[in-house]
Amino acid sequence: MIPMWPALQMEPLAEDALLLRFGEAMELSINARVHAAAARLQERLAGIECVPAYASLLLRFDLAQWSDGDPLSSHRRLHEAVLAALQDGPETVHGTREVDIPVLYGGVAGPDLDDVAAHTGLSVAQVIARHSAARYRVAMLGFAPGFPYLLGLDPALAVPRRGDPRLSVPAGSVAIGGIQTGIYPQALPGGWQLIGRTPRVLFDLAAASPSLLRPGDGVRFRAIDPDEYQRLAAAESRR
Amino acid sequence: MSLTVLKPGLLTTLQDGGRPGHAALGVGRAGVMDWPAWRLANALVGNGPDEAALEFTLVGPTLRFERTTMIALTGAITDARVGQQALPGWTGCIVPAGSVLQLGGMRDGCRGYLAVRGGFALAPVLGSRSTDLHARMGPFGGRALQAGDRLAIGDGAPLPGLATIEVPQLLRWGLDPQPWFDYGRAPLALLRGHHFHQLDDASQRALFENTFAISKDSNRTASRLDGHRLNLRRPLELVSEATVPGTLQLPPAGQPILLQAEAPVTGGYPRIGQLAAVDLARLAQRRPGDTISFRETTLAEATQRLARRRLRLQRLLDRIERRLESA
Repeated sequence: MIPMWPALQMEPLAEDALLLRFGEAMELSINARVHAAAARLQERLAGIECVPAYASLLLRFDLAQWSDGDPLSSHRRLHEAVLAALQDGPETVHGTREVDIPVLYGGVAGPDLDDVAAHTGLSVAQVIARHSAARYRVAMLGFAPGFPYLLGLDPALAVPRRGDPRLSVPAGSVAIGGIQTGIYPQALPGGWQLIGRTPRVLFDLAAASPSLLRPGDGVRFRAIDPDEYQRLAAAESRR
Repeated sequence: MSLTVLKPGLLTTLQDGGRPGHAALGVGRAGVMDWPAWRLANALVGNGPDEAALEFTLVGPTLRFERTTMIALTGAITDARVGQQALPGWTGCIVPAGSVLQLGGMRDGCRGYLAVRGGFALAPVLGSRSTDLHARMGPFGGRALQAGDRLAIGDGAPLPGLATIEVPQLLRWGLDPQPWFDYGRAPLALLRGHHFHQLDDASQRALFENTFAISKDSNRTASRLDGHRLNLRRPLELVSEATVPGTLQLPPAGQPILLQAEAPVTGGYPRIGQLAAVDLARLAQRRPGDTISFRETTLAEATQRLARRRLRLQRLLDRIERRLESA
C-alpha cells in the first residue's frame, strides 16, 4: 500500500488476473481513481489488459511474459510493477472527452417516464429537466458491448428496477436503474426504467473505435423532439 | 472450397482463442470452452494457433464437404461417420469431395471440436472468429450455425496425391486423448474467492464437501450448480466488478454459478471461488446432470499446474508438427 492510494487493495483473482480495489462504493471520486490508474498502467505496462469497473480495476496479463522462469513469480512481479507505476502518478484523472447524447424523452420512446415521475413525486417535465441537466461519467462498460454505466444521476431520480424485466428493450433506450443511468446499445433483455431513446448508435463494428463511449468519458443528455429524432436517426443510418 | 451445414446439431458455433483486449468496452473474450482440444484439433490438420474450429455440443452437426478436405475431431468422443465408415477422433482424416460427415451423440463429454486444414475463411470481428452468442458478435452475426450455412475453407497446404480419393483416409497415428480429456471425475480445483469467508460455516464446508449437479440451464456463459444451497452470513450489497471465466458467483437464491468462456465482463454477485484455469476444460466437458465436486487449491498450485500443462501441450504440438512434415 502506498500513501497516495490509501484505499488500494490488490487481490489475485485468477492465475492471469489481478484485481485492484479502490473502494467499495459507486462514487465519482473512487471511480476517477480507477480511470487514473487504468490510464497510468496502460501507458507504463505493456501487454496488460485493463478492465475498469465502478471501484475496481482488473488487470489481465500474460503469465509467461511476467514470469522470470518460475511461474509463481508473475503475480509478485506484476504487483511490484503496479506499485512502481502508480507511485508518482496522478490520483484522479478526468477524461477530456464530452459526448452529447440527444434523447427523445417519454411516449413510446420512454414508456416508464410517467412511472418514474410518479415514483419521484416530480412532474414529467422536471424529470426530463433534471436528467438532462446533470453531467455524467462513464463509470464502466459492461452487460453488453458498448453499454455504459453512468454515474452522476440526480439522487431525486433514483428509482428501483422494474419488478417484471422486459425480454427485449429497444436499442438506444435511455434508462434508470437505482442510482445508475445507462443506454442499451442493442435490443437486450432489461429491468431498468425506460425514460427515453437516443438515435445515436452506441456500438458500431464498422467504426474505427466501435464503442461511442469509453470508460471515463463525460456524458450529457439533451432533450430533443420527434422531428429531430427522425432527422438524427436518418443521419446515423447514412454513416 | 467450402462446407455446407446440412443439420446444425444441438449447438454448433465457430470458435477460436477468443477476443481479448476489448473488455473495457463491454466486449467479452468468448472463444473455445476446451482450449487444449481446440488447439490439438488444429494441430492435427497442420493449422497454426489462430484458426477457428467448429465447437459442437452433445449432438454434432451433419456437414457436406465440397472438396477433398483434411479434418480432425477432438474433445468429446463423438460418433462420426461418412457413409458406412466410422471416423475416429483425435487423428487426422482426409474426406473426399462430396462427403457427408454425420456427427451423432457423444459417448462421454459435452463438447467436440472439428478443425479443417486451412481453417475457416471467415472475416474476423475485432480480431477473432469466435462466436459470442450473448453479445451476438462474430461469424454469422454471432449466432449458432443453421442448416444451409456455407463456410468457406482457407487455402491450406495441398495434400499431394489425395485429390482423387474416394473413401476417407486416416493418418496412421493419432493422439491419446487421456491426458487432455477428463474420463475420470476427480474434483475440480477451486481457489477461495474474495467473499468465501462471508459464507456461513455450513456453506463453507458444503462447498468443498458436497457434490453439485450441472443444471440444465447451463450454457457457454455459465454452469449453474444444483444441489446444496449456499448461504451468506448476511446479505451483501456489492458494486459490480470485473469477472473472468472460472469465477464462482453466489446469487441471492443460493445456487452457485460457475462462469464459463462467455463470462460477462462485469458482475455484482459475491465471488465465493475461482476455478483453477487448468480445470476450465474439464468443466467444459461436464454435461447437464453430471455431478461435480470441488477440492481446495492455492494460487501457487493452480499456476504451477497451468504452466506444466502448457509446457506439455507445447511439446505435443511440436511433435505433431514434425510428424505431419515428415509424412
